[in-house]
Amino acid sequence: MADSIVLWVGALLTLMIFSFLYRDNPFYKFAEHLFVGVSAAYWMVASFWSTLIPNLLGRLYPKGLGALLPSVAEGEPNLWYAIPLFLGILLLARLNEKTAWISRWTMAFVIGFAAGTNLTRYLQSDFVAQIKSTILPIVGVGDGGLDVGLTIRNVVIVGGTLSGLVYFFFSKEHTGATGRVARAGIWVLMVTFGAAFGYTVMGRISLLVGRLNFLGHWLETIF
Amino acid sequence: MSAPLHQRLARVDRRLIFLAIGLSVALPLILNLRLAVRPTPIVTKIFDKIESLPPGSRVLFSFDYGPSTMPENQPMAEATLRHALAKECRVYLMTIWETGPPQIVRAIDEVVKKDFPERVYGRDHIYLGFKAGQQGAINALLADFKGLFTTDANGAEINSFEIMQGVESIRNFDLIVAIGSGLPGVKEWIQFGGDPGNVPVAAGVTAVEAPLLYPYYPRQLLGLMGGLQGAAEYETALIAKYPHYETQSSQAIVMMGPQTVAHVVIILFIVLGNVAYFLERRARKKEGR
Repeated sequence: MADSIVLWVGALLTLMIFSFLYRDNPFYKFAEHLFVGVSAAYWMVASFWSTLIPNLLGRLYPKGLGALLPSVAEGEPNLWYAIPLFLGILLLARLNEKTAWISRWTMAFVIGFAAGTNLTRYLQSDFVAQIKSTILPIVGVGDGGLDVGLTIRNVVIVGGTLSGLVYFFFSKEHTGATGRVARAGIWVLMVTFGAAFGYTVMGRISLLVGRLNFLGHWLETIF
Repeated sequence: MSAPLHQRLARVDRRLIFLAIGLSVALPLILNLRLAVRPTPIVTKIFDKIESLPPGSRVLFSFDYGPSTMPENQPMAEATLRHALAKECRVYLMTIWETGPPQIVRAIDEVVKKDFPERVYGRDHIYLGFKAGQQGAINALLADFKGLFTTDANGAEINSFEIMQGVESIRNFDLIVAIGSGLPGVKEWIQFGGDPGNVPVAAGVTAVEAPLLYPYYPRQLLGLMGGLQGAAEYETALIAKYPHYETQSSQAIVMMGPQTVAHVVIILFIVLGNVAYFLERRARKKEGR
């Protein structure tokens, strides 16, 4: 019975959203507002129970919150967590215009931590490792000598990367040889954008297939 | 007198285009149109890796997506999970997305409970649940796995499970399978898990995200399942090796029929749009505008 209700609610809401394709209407508006409200409520409740209680309040006062969340009951109070609690409370100062500046302390901490954590990893994985992946032999050699497929692939990667970089090099006018390489760079970028667009179309159609598949299951229960 | 062709093409009601796309998806679904799918090397590498894992290998699954991308992500998540369990690997299920837990529960119901009912929870597989902190959480897993996951998803003490013995860090895993649809997701697993931990990362992502991850392949990313096509390729490879999973591992393959027809219709509309453009340009030239 419960499954049936879920199926019907899901199907009717899907049809309400699809009705926008014909024109804007109250059914679409209702479904849209419902989605926004339910999403906000879900995130708030999920964050409260999966983050705030176990990761903060449960560590500060495990015995008191053990009744609500048994997994924290056995732990010892850890007063270090009073610091994030204090910083979190400072964030609420934003609600008043006169005290809003106090929240910047928390924001400074958050931004500083994120920048410090991310910087090294981005340098390693997105900078050094990516350069390393582009340094390839132009002539690919396989087991039986020259590997034509590998050679073409390496030339495309190295040539495409270099020409793309030249296109974004603005300290020299794009004329002569530089201009021709930059022009090749534009082609590389266009192919990349085309591939991204193709993938985006595929993604959107996949979601449509998923929804119509769902509506098909719903119709099967009726007929 | 009726308007010239290019003007009529330019005035096509957009609702007709929506209808055409809708029909191009609905009809193949009704007719159960199936098209051949051939696995590409970027997907086969993931399959071969899982296939080569000896029984008892540790595979960490992170399902970092929500219900909105389920049609793309769920088939790849279930196919890889089914494959890992078929190879008798020990699987660890977690997520760094708050919307991830229902997807994991669904995968457990559809794969673990239906196809591998003999596997014991806590010995062969474990559901660790959601952890907040995005890439910070992955960073913490690298330093001290059980420091972050002090319990499983149901609140049971983590050290009470046999499967957790010897797991101190991400480094203790043989493979990370990251199924994602945004931030934090596969990129963060590469940056904060795979690269520093020197653990191979296999990925499955939505089609929209796939082009952003190609630069990491093949050195930082073992393989990539991009969108529904990637999922269908994995399912094809799985069915070729394990034909008895055909019924339950054909979700993406079934959806690729409508997908292909819809693509053909979209290409036709693009061609028509270009025809209209060139006809209009020629008409303008004739009129001397």
